Amino acid sequence: MTSVEPTEAVTGIPFVLNGTAVEANEGELLIEACERNGVHIPRFCYHNRMKPVGMCRMCLVEVDGGRGPALQPSCMLPVTPDMKVETESEPTKKAQDGVLEFLLANHPLDCPVCDKGGECPLQDNAYAFGAGETRFVEEKRHYEKPIPISDLVQLDRERCILCDRCTRFASEVADDPLIHFIDRGSQTQVNTFPDHPFSSYFSGNTVQICPVGALTATPYRFKARPWDLDAIESTAAADTSGARVVLQASQNELVRTLGVDSEAVNWSWLSDKDRFYYEATNSPDRVTEPLIRDGGELKPTRWGNAMRAAARALRIDPERVAAIGGARLTLESQYAWAKLLKGVLGTDHVDAQLGDSLPAALTLGLPRTTIAEACAPGQIIVLMGPDPKEVAPTLYIRLRHAVVEDGATLIEITPRATSLSKYATLRLQTAPGTVGQVLSALADGQLDTNVGTVQAPELERAHQLLTGDRQVSVVFGRANLAESARYSADALGGMRRLVPNAGYLPLLRRSNIHGALEMGLTPGFLPGGARNRGGLVDKWPSTPEFEGHDTDAILKAAAQGEIDTLVLLGADPLGDFPDSTLAEAAFANIKTLIAVDGLLNTSSARATIVLPAALFGEEDGTFCNLEGRLSPIRAKVTPPGLARPDWVIAADLSHAIGPELGYTTLEELRSQMRATVPALDDVDWDEIDGADDGPLFRPERNWELEFGDPAQMPPTSSYGYRLVVDHKLWDLGTMSQHSASLANLAGPAVLRLSPNDIQLLDLADRQQVTVDLGEESWELPFVADPQVAPRTAWIPARLPGFDVRELLSAGRSITNLRLRTGEVPADVE
Amino acid sequence: MATNDYVPHAAGYVDNTGPKIVTSRFHHRDSYTLERYEATNGYAALRAVLQMQPTAVHETIKEAVLLGRGGAGFPAGVKWGFMPPVWPRYLVVNGDESEPGTYKDRLLMERDPHQLIEGCIITCFALGLNTCFLYVRGEMAEAQERIAEALNDAYASGYVGKNICGTDVSIDVVLTWGAGAYIVGEETALIESLEGNRGMPRLKPPFFPAAKGLYMKPTIVNNVETLANIPWIILNGPNAYKEFGSEKSPGTRMVAVSGHVNRPGVYEIEQGVVTYRDLFYGDNFCQGMRDGNELKMFIPGGGSSPWFFEEQLDVPIEGSLISAAGSMAGSGAIVVMDETTDAVKACLRVVRFFARESCGKCTPCREGTTWEEKILQRIYNGHGRPSDIDLLLDIGSQISPGEYPVAAWAEKGLTAVPFPPKQTTICPLGPSSVAPITSAIRRFRHEFEAKMTARPADEPELRPAGETWVAVEIADGAGNTSDVEAAEVHS
Repeated sequence: MTSVEPTEAVTGIPFVLNGTAVEANEGELLIEACERNGVHIPRFCYHNRMKPVGMCRMCLVEVDGGRGPALQPSCMLPVTPDMKVETESEPTKKAQDGVLEFLLANHPLDCPVCDKGGECPLQDNAYAFGAGETRFVEEKRHYEKPIPISDLVQLDRERCILCDRCTRFASEVADDPLIHFIDRGSQTQVNTFPDHPFSSYFSGNTVQICPVGALTATPYRFKARPWDLDAIESTAAADTSGARVVLQASQNELVRTLGVDSEAVNWSWLSDKDRFYYEATNSPDRVTEPLIRDGGELKPTRWGNAMRAAARALRIDPERVAAIGGARLTLESQYAWAKLLKGVLGTDHVDAQLGDSLPAALTLGLPRTTIAEACAPGQIIVLMGPDPKEVAPTLYIRLRHAVVEDGATLIEITPRATSLSKYATLRLQTAPGTVGQVLSALADGQLDTNVGTVQAPELERAHQLLTGDRQVSVVFGRANLAESARYSADALGGMRRLVPNAGYLPLLRRSNIHGALEMGLTPGFLPGGARNRGGLVDKWPSTPEFEGHDTDAILKAAAQGEIDTLVLLGADPLGDFPDSTLAEAAFANIKTLIAVDGLLNTSSARATIVLPAALFGEEDGTFCNLEGRLSPIRAKVTPPGLARPDWVIAADLSHAIGPELGYTTLEELRSQMRATVPALDDVDWDEIDGADDGPLFRPERNWELEFGDPAQMPPTSSYGYRLVVDHKLWDLGTMSQHSASLANLAGPAVLRLSPNDIQLLDLADRQQVTVDLGEESWELPFVADPQVAPRTAWIPARLPGFDVRELLSAGRSITNLRLRTGEVPADVE
Repeated sequence: MATNDYVPHAAGYVDNTGPKIVTSRFHHRDSYTLERYEATNGYAALRAVLQMQPTAVHETIKEAVLLGRGGAGFPAGVKWGFMPPVWPRYLVVNGDESEPGTYKDRLLMERDPHQLIEGCIITCFALGLNTCFLYVRGEMAEAQERIAEALNDAYASGYVGKNICGTDVSIDVVLTWGAGAYIVGEETALIESLEGNRGMPRLKPPFFPAAKGLYMKPTIVNNVETLANIPWIILNGPNAYKEFGSEKSPGTRMVAVSGHVNRPGVYEIEQGVVTYRDLFYGDNFCQGMRDGNELKMFIPGGGSSPWFFEEQLDVPIEGSLISAAGSMAGSGAIVVMDETTDAVKACLRVVRFFARESCGKCTPCREGTTWEEKILQRIYNGHGRPSDIDLLLDIGSQISPGEYPVAAWAEKGLTAVPFPPKQTTICPLGPSSVAPITSAIRRFRHEFEAKMTARPADEPELRPAGETWVAVEIADGAGNTSDVEAAEVHS
């Protein structure tokens, strides 16, 4: 058996390993205890993040627990005191060799054309322990060679050794039990149910944990040989959870992303978005040189020309300059751009959020907790936001595990049921517009009357759970774009009063949004979450003299001709801002639109000047996740063409304008950040690079969070269906759409109704429903969805088929739709 | 004994003059009805038990040393005591009788379902639980119907359900059935199936049903015949029970004899008293071999058990004695084979069963049993290689390490290896496939060797043993299993 280095000190239960007295931790499995004591036991089915099943039998070792030696699977056996373990005895070797021979008996020897070849545990174990020649002369088992089990995953059943890893992952971790064993004996095979593809958000993990080449990812098949891959550890930036990854490149092209086991964050799991959206960086549509509009067309130009033109457009009254976006950027680039916009130009019209979230002060001001603290056994988790599975899939895995395995209690306060609802101890169904008053009633102890759709006994129960002695963690965010953010803010105010010591985890969209908010890419704040009138005045050339607009107000101002120059830092307001009419009006009135991006989107395609930026995997930097945890973003490939990192662009642009930003290297930029933001003072970037779990960035705030009186509930309307709009993981977002494998995963926009309402509306045998809002009507396809509450209608945003933003308006507090079959005339509204 | 309405043995039961504990009503045509059951002392034991303390009932069963009849032969009373004081807890009745050759439980369920139900209720009462699951093999349609009917009657008459016989004891019996998998007869696989999962065994430890069984709660899994004994024991007392059978294994047990005997069928015999010779040749029982042929071998405890031969004829049918002799009493399924039997074919037939029924969960069983089957099929077809015999034994040792249990062979000076075998698998199914191989090769190696030379004239010559062989696979393109030819490499 190969020796591995012991990784950490051991204490606890004494046992004898190959004649040497060693110790195991309490309850530790033998296979882990041996590993820690320097003895690697070969295994296939065992995976440290899933429950052991003892199926492959590769880890059989001779164990004497007092009743004589017997072969036992070390992955299923907790170490007991004075157990004697022989990992190299003859019986052990014979058993392990036998299992290996059995596994190879029917395994096709197509290693030369197998993507797993070179990094295959079966190959490795056969190399290390195999007999070298086969005694199996019968015909091998045959199945149709790879069958697609989803858009992203192919299954080669001949190679499968039936270790149960993928199937266990699907049912135990992802809770998408869509692949399963079928048939029996040697015909046992993994497969999907007929007509039900393995359409899980997490399907790529099964490829990573497959110990053979049975599961391969469509984007990576036949792309590279593992020994040719160049790898670097980085952080996934598809959502805010900050999952740790390894980026692998071949010939200066990203070809694969693998999950890294970070105890604090992702436990080795990734969403398919995290895993596959590197494809966008290889997109042929990348902007590789600066573009400038000339005669109505974007034409390539030189950096110098583009910079001069941009500088001219920015050297104006700062109140007429605005910037939207920045969540795509690294922490360093965010700082650089904040300094350029606020410190050099002096504008405060800067917002990294696009009006689909909550006020930045809430995210910055509420006391933050960590995923680990929120998911600790026996805690209470409150979900007051969007479905975590859609917004931060890795967080969903952790939350689900906490509730299902660790006895955490989940209370859900949302307008529609989420992926976690079936595990919720208590679910308060808050109709759009009511959540603020519900939390207010809870905080005031008014538990004897119904509030909106929430019944008095439910309030009573929620109050009882939340005011008990268990630690409460609140996962919050904007659950519904069709109701004002005001209600969610009111609800958080209520929660603050009800549970003063609760910890909060903001569930926002857009990768490094937390970095952007912390670095001041939001109106009213400077880096470190300091208020504009904070302590930075003497460190920057200047600070904004006025309180700026958020995206909503920027667009309104622009529509009224008050903004001349708009900078887009990777943002797409035309495609992503909830009120598309307003965005369109704003764009019509902007004089100069400067887009800093790696790919053109609906908005940047209309830019006057496009500055090509490096994307994910092409620049070094830092990621700040929803806990405030800092982790490295690393470059593995060079940016295409003339594209540059955003912090370089910021510095050059500042130079073109006049003042210097004061750094020429990333290191200098970081020391400047350390000098400016006290909370970064003791951050050692070399340590972040090496650590699985980065440090938490928790600046002290020099201001207090204040909540006003909660807004009244909107009046109930007897015919209205309150609209719920939120985001799905797969949508028409720029990165997904430029990733060839992900582009087609966004499902069509369909109106979703509770099954009961479909009966009430007499829609059962119809295909479409008529939606009336104001003067306008739409014919929309619909489906029954038990996740939707009665008297509400749910349409996910940004999906092909129908742009739900047609129904949204920034001014409306809630959106009441009238639904009917085609024939009935609209008589009210 | 009233035999005027004797039921002919087409259904599998053969009356004999011995003592009757569980088959006492079998000779009545209406033995499965509540009327007959009540008329023959039915539910009297239940009424008696309801006046007792649960622990006293448990003690009675313990004292009677009622051994489990499912295969392992573990004392039921002791097993019951393994449950930790955790509620809810469950009783699961293993009616998934599918060991090759076994059909005794089917008769118990078809002909005397009330006796089983009464046994269940008494057990539930003794263990302080109120839900019993009766899991019947999927193929046994008549047994399911009879039990369903009996349960309906018993519920209607207040023997099952709320407030049994007017007391405050309430026990429900849930009838459920399998989907046709042999392995579900294994208790943990049965529990998985009962939970609605694919029937695959759980690893013991940690999943001993008595501690972590159905829904991870304490669960007792008992065989049908075991529970059918209970009403009699309650009514007649443990001492009366112990008057039958041997000291170690009191009472009677049902054996199902099939194969080359004149009168195959199910017999209720006294444990440790009746020998195989009595059973096969006795006038009360099987009345000798078919056509007066010589006995070649017999399987004493279902397809999983190593074979016995004429030397073992005088072993009394009793668990520990059979184990010591190198096999197991198992579920009492006895398959008798006479001199006309082809040992290789018999071996292939049994191994094929296990290969087809392997659940596919653990590697040695899934891959090993199929490999064994393929080799045996090849040998049987005349395509064997001399090295295949030792290969078969070595594959066996990779499924069941160490010496495999086998009967003694006095003529060759070979001694018995006692039961049970060791295993690299999760459950005993894989090792079961080794039993016929080890037994057949040890005793009839010459028959295997004979197959290798008995090849049709147009087949290529076999290479002498000991030289290098290279496999040439003949694939038919459609992925069907086809034979493999051995060819010589000329260097």
